[in-house]
Amino acid sequence: MYLLLQLLAKTDWGEATIMEAKLNIDLEVVKRARQAAKEIASDVDQMVAAHTTVAIERTVLRLFGIDGVDHEQVPLPNVVVDDLLEKEKLGIGVTPWLINGVLQTGKSPQQVAELIATGDLDLTSLPWSGDEAIAQKGMELAQIGLQRIAENRKRRDELIKRLGTGKKPYLYVIVATGDIYEDAIQGKSAAYQGADIIAVIRSTGQSLIDYVPYGATREGYGGTYATQENFRIMRQALDEAGEEVGRYIRLCNYCSGLCMPEIAAMGALERLDVMLNDALYGILFRDINMRRTLIDQSFSRMINSYAGVIINTGEDNYLTTADAVEAAHTVVASQFINEQLALLSGLPPEQMGLGHAFEIDPGLEDGLLLEIAHAQLSRQLFPDAPLKYMPPTKYMTGNIFKGHVQDAMFNLVGMLTGQEIQLLGMMTEAMHTPHIHDRKLAIENAQYIFNNARHLGEEILFRPGGRIERRAQEVLAKAVEMLEEVRRIGLLTAIERGMLADVKRPQDGGRGLSGVISKEEGYFNPFETLLRERLGLAPREGYTNGSGYDSN
Amino acid sequence: MEVDMTRIKPYGDTMNDGVVQLSFSLPVPYGEEAREAARQLVAKMGLEEPQVYHMADLGESFTYFIVYGKCKHTVDFTSIHVPKVESEVMTFEEINQFIRERIGRKLVVLGACTGTDAHTVGIDAIMNMKGYNGEYGLERYPEIEAYNLGSQVPNEQLLAKAIELDADALLVSQVVTQKGVHIANLTELVELVEAEGLREKLILVCGGPRITHEMALELGYDAGFGPGSLAPDVASFIVHEIVRRNGG
Repeated sequence: MYLLLQLLAKTDWGEATIMEAKLNIDLEVVKRARQAAKEIASDVDQMVAAHTTVAIERTVLRLFGIDGVDHEQVPLPNVVVDDLLEKEKLGIGVTPWLINGVLQTGKSPQQVAELIATGDLDLTSLPWSGDEAIAQKGMELAQIGLQRIAENRKRRDELIKRLGTGKKPYLYVIVATGDIYEDAIQGKSAAYQGADIIAVIRSTGQSLIDYVPYGATREGYGGTYATQENFRIMRQALDEAGEEVGRYIRLCNYCSGLCMPEIAAMGALERLDVMLNDALYGILFRDINMRRTLIDQSFSRMINSYAGVIINTGEDNYLTTADAVEAAHTVVASQFINEQLALLSGLPPEQMGLGHAFEIDPGLEDGLLLEIAHAQLSRQLFPDAPLKYMPPTKYMTGNIFKGHVQDAMFNLVGMLTGQEIQLLGMMTEAMHTPHIHDRKLAIENAQYIFNNARHLGEEILFRPGGRIERRAQEVLAKAVEMLEEVRRIGLLTAIERGMLADVKRPQDGGRGLSGVISKEEGYFNPFETLLRERLGLAPREGYTNGSGYDSN
Repeated sequence: MEVDMTRIKPYGDTMNDGVVQLSFSLPVPYGEEAREAARQLVAKMGLEEPQVYHMADLGESFTYFIVYGKCKHTVDFTSIHVPKVESEVMTFEEINQFIRERIGRKLVVLGACTGTDAHTVGIDAIMNMKGYNGEYGLERYPEIEAYNLGSQVPNEQLLAKAIELDADALLVSQVVTQKGVHIANLTELVELVEAEGLREKLILVCGGPRITHEMALELGYDAGFGPGSLAPDVASFIVHEIVRRNGG
């Protein structure tokens, strides 16, 4: 029996109304899918719990306030972590060593890092201050580190309260000039034109470098380097634009790749609002080692959760390599897995921008019906998630006029099915990074359609037993079948077999595996301890050295 | 109507009316001065009677224009010569049969997006089992062992793999072309292949939205495939080239 589902729309989606389910889907199947995903995620989390990574330890240093570079432009967090890694001392984490250094020298974490960089201090040769003193000082400094993130979140809330935001779906556009000062101009221009979210595309290849570049950058390829200073410059520009247009403008960047948690921390410190954050994407499309990035992701999502950042996941990309009709269920299966992994990091549904896409071959008869079925299915499966809906890319051809129509169809489906983050398609997709007027045309396209069809979704119930409903049920059934298979073999094995995106990745292959470290007795990461506590997560078992870490 | 092929002009709705549509932005504030600036600029491009039909304020002192004008220039169509991949394009079955009959062994073909390029749409369309637009990719060809190394593959790694697998052909996809990064990257591979003394043995093919056959030849490749190319185009070239190198 299919139950008619009544969903209370909790989001600020137009007026708060009871949203009727538009498609009949079997709630028992949904329950089975969630249960399988939950077990898959919990299996991953056991692996995660037993490890840390060089990126997580560098993140800890950044949260302690360590920044800057040495005389060879190596970031200080890398200098400190690499030194301990070389000495095989990272099993207990960087924190005990750093805090012991702070206690022994009486200097700040930044000063300690600078001394290490100049070769004037070796953390491993100092007398030991004692576990309890280290735990106490570590927790004290971690509270200060998290304070700035909490203040940023408060500041965002205040700005949104005062300025308001655009109507959903939010208009999300990218800038990608390579020069942060040029990005700031283009970002502001887009905000004046009506954009709600500005994403700064990263320089191609940044996801594969195991450090975060430093300072303002003016040269990049296909995008601009993510650096903390660049974040700050862009944040300031969009705040200025927001004041002028009377609308809070959200800033988006990418915490994915080898520096995932570090960039999450930098984003939290500079009040970014949206972050791409998906280990599965890194594994499949950037060939990053799966253990490394799943471990990194767990901590990065805690930071994103605490900072009030909406994460965006990358399921949409599956449809660029696999066929959008045949592989539609892999998107749904992955959304369920991402949801459960996010919950394990304390990230609430309201911050889960689960991804999907409008990528069906435009030559397919009734392709629009399938797109509607897929988009509506995601909407109903994740009613509280600010879904991220991606525009056509695979079948964009250089025929900009047809491309503009494809984008219009995409916008109509986005409005009709209640998507919340609409990544605007550019008619020059597949040609070049967007020109300033490409964005203008894309925004005009979306504004026209969103306004013109604002309440169309409320008027539509899909014909029971019709094409759209049957398609949604079919995709859901295949998704649950896949999830139950993944549960049986484990997520890592499923990826090895190419079950997602038709891409196969070995467990011990890919980039960054050497940065994975087994936790040893006495491992201490006070930020994780505090975040778990503040996000309402149970403490990790077995990896703390005693009870001295309780915060007060 | 008689068309003078030595003096070709754009066609709008009347022969030789020369009508061209343009759209662009200028870094000037929106207003009548902006309109006049666009008009004058288009006149300098060799378009007569420029008409600004639409302009829009982009903010930050930028203005967008849609302009029409009548081109006064012509080209001589009869003198044009464009180098093209000359090999006859065969079907999936014909290519496999050609390999069995004329080459007599399986071919090894490696594909990759090299350097920092992460855009695999093009190479996937050529390589992946499923292919693109109804044409199977090389992985589906029984007579071709196809290896898609994926994105962001260093040139050195591609070459090492080519040596390890005793490859016949390398397919390099380059989508990101900002600041000419693809040229440097493509050139580097040719240099590496030459340094290893493998240039005679390996067939080098590049492809991407901004790649032309002419450009590929200039960079030292055997062929270049632009947008819209499919697996049979590439495979046909490779098999003919192998037979040609074996002395027909």
